[in-house]
Parts: sequence; structure tokens; C-alpha cells
Amino acid sequence: MGRMRVALMVTCVNDAMFPDTGRAVVDLLTRLGVDVEFPQAQTCCAQPMVNTGYLDEAVPVVRTFVDAFAGYDAVVTPSGSCARAARHQHGIVARRSGDADLAAAVAEVAPSVYELSEFLVDVLGVTDVGASFPHRVTYHPTCHSLRLLGVGDRPRRLLEAVRGLTLVDLPAAEECCGFGGTFAVKNADVSVAMGADKARHVRETGAEVLVAGDSSCLMHIGGVLSRQRSGVRVMHLAEILAATEGAA
Amino acid sequence: MTATFVGMPPFPQAARAALGDTQLRHNLAHATHTIRDKRARVVAEVPEWEELRQAGADLKDAALAGLDDHLEQLEAALVSRGAVVHWARDAAEACAVVAQVAKAHGVDEVVKVKSMVTQEIGLNEALAAEGISAWETDLAELIVQLADDLPSHILVPAIHRNRAEVREIFRTRMSAAGRPAPADLTDDPAELANAARLHLREKFLRAKVGVSGANFAVAETGTLVVVESEGNGRMCLTLPEVLVSVVGIEKVVPTFADLDVFLRLLPRSSTGERMNPYTSMWHGVTPGDGPQEMHVVLLDNGRTRALADEVGRQALRCIRCSACLNVCPVYERVGGHAYGSVYPGPIGAILNPLMKGVGVDDQTDSLPYASTLCGACYEVCPVKIDIPSILVDLRSQVVDAHRGGRPKPEALAMKGAAWTFSDARRLGGAERLSGLVGRVWGRVGRTSLPGGRPAFGRLPGPGARWTGARDLPAPPRESFRAWWRRTRGRGTRP
Repeated sequence: MGRMRVALMVTCVNDAMFPDTGRAVVDLLTRLGVDVEFPQAQTCCAQPMVNTGYLDEAVPVVRTFVDAFAGYDAVVTPSGSCARAARHQHGIVARRSGDADLAAAVAEVAPSVYELSEFLVDVLGVTDVGASFPHRVTYHPTCHSLRLLGVGDRPRRLLEAVRGLTLVDLPAAEECCGFGGTFAVKNADVSVAMGADKARHVRETGAEVLVAGDSSCLMHIGGVLSRQRSGVRVMHLAEILAATEGAA
Repeated sequence: MTATFVGMPPFPQAARAALGDTQLRHNLAHATHTIRDKRARVVAEVPEWEELRQAGADLKDAALAGLDDHLEQLEAALVSRGAVVHWARDAAEACAVVAQVAKAHGVDEVVKVKSMVTQEIGLNEALAAEGISAWETDLAELIVQLADDLPSHILVPAIHRNRAEVREIFRTRMSAAGRPAPADLTDDPAELANAARLHLREKFLRAKVGVSGANFAVAETGTLVVVESEGNGRMCLTLPEVLVSVVGIEKVVPTFADLDVFLRLLPRSSTGERMNPYTSMWHGVTPGDGPQEMHVVLLDNGRTRALADEVGRQALRCIRCSACLNVCPVYERVGGHAYGSVYPGPIGAILNPLMKGVGVDDQTDSLPYASTLCGACYEVCPVKIDIPSILVDLRSQVVDAHRGGRPKPEALAMKGAAWTFSDARRLGGAERLSGLVGRVWGRVGRTSLPGGRPAFGRLPGPGARWTGARDLPAPPRESFRAWWRRTRGRGTRP
């Protein structure tokens, strides 16, 4: 990769709740020869505020974001949703602030933000990342990565190259799981109704692990699967790609 | 129709009730998936579909950008062809025009083509108050009307009913409205349709005044267009002596050639058909053929308010196909009534606040939040309305409308989150606190996720909104940030 400066944007959810996902990204990128940095001034992509309608509140958070990630060649994040927020929503927040400097900073940082599978496939040009994970796995394409970011089949191609992994199709895979950020609590009943259907489809596959590229969606589906005592665990794509379980 | 959407509770409460309606859940899951799959099949047949969508969006945008000119052109074309044009600012004005026309002809009933705009303005109720019966003639609208029910879908208003229910409605309610259902009526769809046909035929042949909406209004020619499946529309548009058409001002397209794009987009998106069975077009009065007196009511009722909204104005491109309803995972589970409007689903969640304005009532303010922002609606919209972006923008308008007063708990939580997320040291502090909780819970908690991670089974207070049906992982002992600092020091590099 030469001396490309690559930053990890771990996301607030992974930082505070799923640090193993962040550590998996570091392990994975290090294994692939990328000297990844962690700008410690980073916090959150501001999506919780933006998507709930609190644009004024999002302004200082976006400011913190661009300050933390300015100057990197690539900003890699294990979240389709947060990548999309940085690429598509920060401009809206900057316009709201009326601060031309912030708008300029956003315009500079936003295009350098990559969701993990995009970075691996498009920037590093790899699909076989040398992982080994001998389990039956099903993959849920999260809405923001699928429809708003357009990661396409990149996560699938990465998973298909994992040694020992059996990838089974998830019925109605492209249907939303019902998380939806603050929707999960503002409209908890509908959210749970959707999550219950998603969990049912996951169980139909007979998989032991559900994998996805967004920890927040996994927290929701995993929460339903756990409450049902389904015996299915959830893992982030990064954790499987970093795994070397049973490797020769 | 005596039922009303007025006074409906905000979306979360209405949705909770709908989720418990087992018949509704079953019917909707079946019906939405059937139409969804049908649409996907016929759309896949058109290789230039994406270009068509773009053309539809561009044509509507151009029509809306010059709306004032196009409307005056439409008025002139209509008048030159013998129609009478009325301008209505709101529902009351539009209803009054229709009532006046009916009264001028001394009738106590009118027959109606299925039309969203006349439902939007509550025309049937307004006419009833004047002693005039307005008969719905579309099969599903007839079912809804006979049952004193409310429509729950734009295209398939009785989607929440099954055929056993329809049979019961026909058997018990038809006699009060006209010709009764046959005594030996079964729930066979062909028999049900035939009962409706016989019941309606009397009304078609008797009615002196017909009422319609329009799918499109062509400015250059004064042509009005109605697209339908059952032929009831054709009957209403041709048999009565007088025709009143209520048309939202956003229905105008500049030229006749523009119809080419929309008549290809609409049937595939709405019913999943390559072409709809009946397309009726008329321009003014034709002596000796069809209605000899024609009125066109051009209605605003909040459309100019929506047009003034920079982000939301694209919602006026909507051609009422309902593809967004059929793919929406929220609509699929709660149905249309929960949205408290004749426009339900994703398009209703933006159209209602755009036309009525936010900050006025809790029900309207709840609609922009009735979505997970999954983007399925945007993907299927034939005129590329970016519904998720409009929803997010409307949410900010709702929040802004409530700034200034005493802040709600949510507003305080968001301010707190913004404060924490504005400085990494504050976030680090919050994580140390949550790590402490995680360490303690790791010892005393009894619930764990599959795989063994400690979890919260039931939380009190607001946390119950999550844990009512979902376990929640307990916070980790160490955040990512703390791990990095412990293993890599204060620098950004390993």
C-alpha cells in the first residue's frame, strides 16, 4: 500500500459496546500490511442526532469528526451506516451550521471514508483475507450498506473466501431488521415485530452465526435471538474476517 | 362512509394496536408480498427502467417548476373546450363546489370514480351533510364504504379485509344502500364481484352526476386522464350528464407526449401489470357524447406549502402508485390505518406533514418517525422521490418546531449525547463509567447472550423499551479507546 495514511473510525457503538469489532479491524488490517492509526479525538458520526432531527446538536459532533479525520488518505469504518452518514449527511449538517470552513472540511474528509468491505475490495484489492472460520454462517445485508451506500456483493465475496466457512442464504435477506436507530425505542413495538421476523428467517437457515456489517443492527437482531434462547450468536463481518480459528 | 381519521392517536400507539390484529397481519403480509413480487417481475422486463424513472422525475420536476404557467394553460385549454374551471384553496372550498353542482341539478346522489383527492378532502362526508349520497363504485372502495370502514391502502383500500369478511359486509350492508346481495352469496371472488356489479349497475344507470379525480391533467390540450382496472371509472365518466373532476394542482403535466412515460411507469409500479385495463382520457365537452356539462376543480389544500419546501417538494412528483407501501416493512406490519390518513405508508409519512405542516398536532409530527429509513421505498419509487432524505429533513422540522418550550426527555438526551460526543475526553469518561457497570454486572448478572457475553435481561424505566423483547449486551469492561491506549499508548500509531 505504500505509505498511505489510513485511519480507523471505530464508531461510538463499537467503541463503547463492541470493542472486539474494532480490535478485529486492527488485527485484519495489520495482517494485510496496513499500518492503521486510531485518531483518539474521534467520537461519533452524529447520525443519532441527524436521524432523530437534532441538526443543531449534530454540528459540534461533525466538527469533532472532521478535526479527528482530516489529512488521512483513507478513513475505514466497520459500519455501512456510519460511513454513509459521513459521506451523505455531514454536508447537510455543515450547511445548517452556516460555517463555510466546516463545509469545506466536510467536503474534504467525506470522500475518503470507506466502509470496511469497500476498503478491502476496492482499495486493497483483496477478497481472500486469509481468514479461517469453520462454522455455518448466514449474512444479513444491512439496509444502509445495501441501499444507501451500495456495497453490493463485496461482503459476500469476502465471506466466500473464508476457509471452512459454510455460507447459507438468509431468506428475505434484504428486508430491514427493524433497528432503525432511535426507531428501535420510539417505535419499539414495530421494531420488535420486524426483528422477530428477521430472527425467524435466521433460525430457518440453521446457522450458528449471523454476520452483518453493522453492530447496531446486530445488537437488535442479536437481542431478539438471545431472548428467544435461539442458540444463534451474532458477529460483525470484521470479526470473521480476522478469525484464524482452525487454520492449518 | 361515516368513519373518520380525525382524532387518531400518534403513530406508535396506533401501530401497537394494529400489530395485535392477527387478521390484518396475515392479510397484509400476503397481499403486500404478492403485489411486491408481481411488480418486481414486470419491472425486470423493462431494460430501460432506470432511464424511465429518471425521465418521470425530470418531467414532474419541470412541470412543478413552471406550475403557475402550466395551470393557467390548463385552465385556458379546459375553458376553450367547454369545461368550467374552479379554483379551490382547501377542502371546504372544493367540497362546496361539488355540492353546488349537485344541488344545481337537483340530485340527491352522485357516483364516484375511485379517487384519492376526494377522500383527502372528505367529499363523501361533506356531501352527506348536504343530503347527497356519494356512491363509491370501485369494488374495494365499495367494500370500505358499505362497512363504514376506512381505506388502508392507496390502491387496494380494502387490503385489510379477506373474502369471508367481504361476503359478510355484502350480505348485511348492501340492502341499505340499494340492490341487496343474492341470498345464497358465497365467498367465491367471482360471485362477490358479480354481486357488486349488479348492485352498482343500478347506480351507474340512474346517476345524473359523476365525480372523479384525475391521474394526470395535460396543460397543452386540457386532457384529463383516469387510469383504472375495473371499468367502473369508464361508466362514471361517460354515463352521467354532468361530470365534476377534482384535481390536485400537482397532477398537471405540460404536454400530451409526457403521458408516454407515466403510462408506462404507473401500471407496472402499482398493480404489477404491463398495462392497466382502462385508460380514459377526455378534454372538455363533446356534443352528443358523454357528459354535456363538465366542471374541473383545481385544488391546492397544502400543495403549495409542500412546493415551498426545498427538500420535500419532490414528494409532489408522486403518481399514487403505492409501490412504496407494498415494499415498506413498517406498512406491511401495521397497515394503513395506523398512519391516520388516506395517504398511508412511506409517501403518507412525508405528504401529510408536508401538506399540513409540522408542530401543530402530535399525530402528524409522529409520521416522519414511522420509518427505519431502510430505503426500500426510494428504490422502487417510479419518480425517484428520495423518501428517506425527506423523512430526516421533516424530523428536523418537527424538532425545530418544538424548540423553545420545555424540552422533552428525548431533547435532553440528545443534548447530553451531543455534549459527550463533542469531545473525546468526555466520551472516554462516559465509557469508564459504563465499563464499571459492565464489570459489576459481569459478576452479579445472570443473563448472557449466546456465546456467553453478559447481558441485561430486563431493564427498568426507559430501558424497558429495548429490553421488553430484546436482551441487551452489558457494556464491556474496557472500551476500544481504553484498549488502544493501554496497548499502544497515547499516539495514534501502534
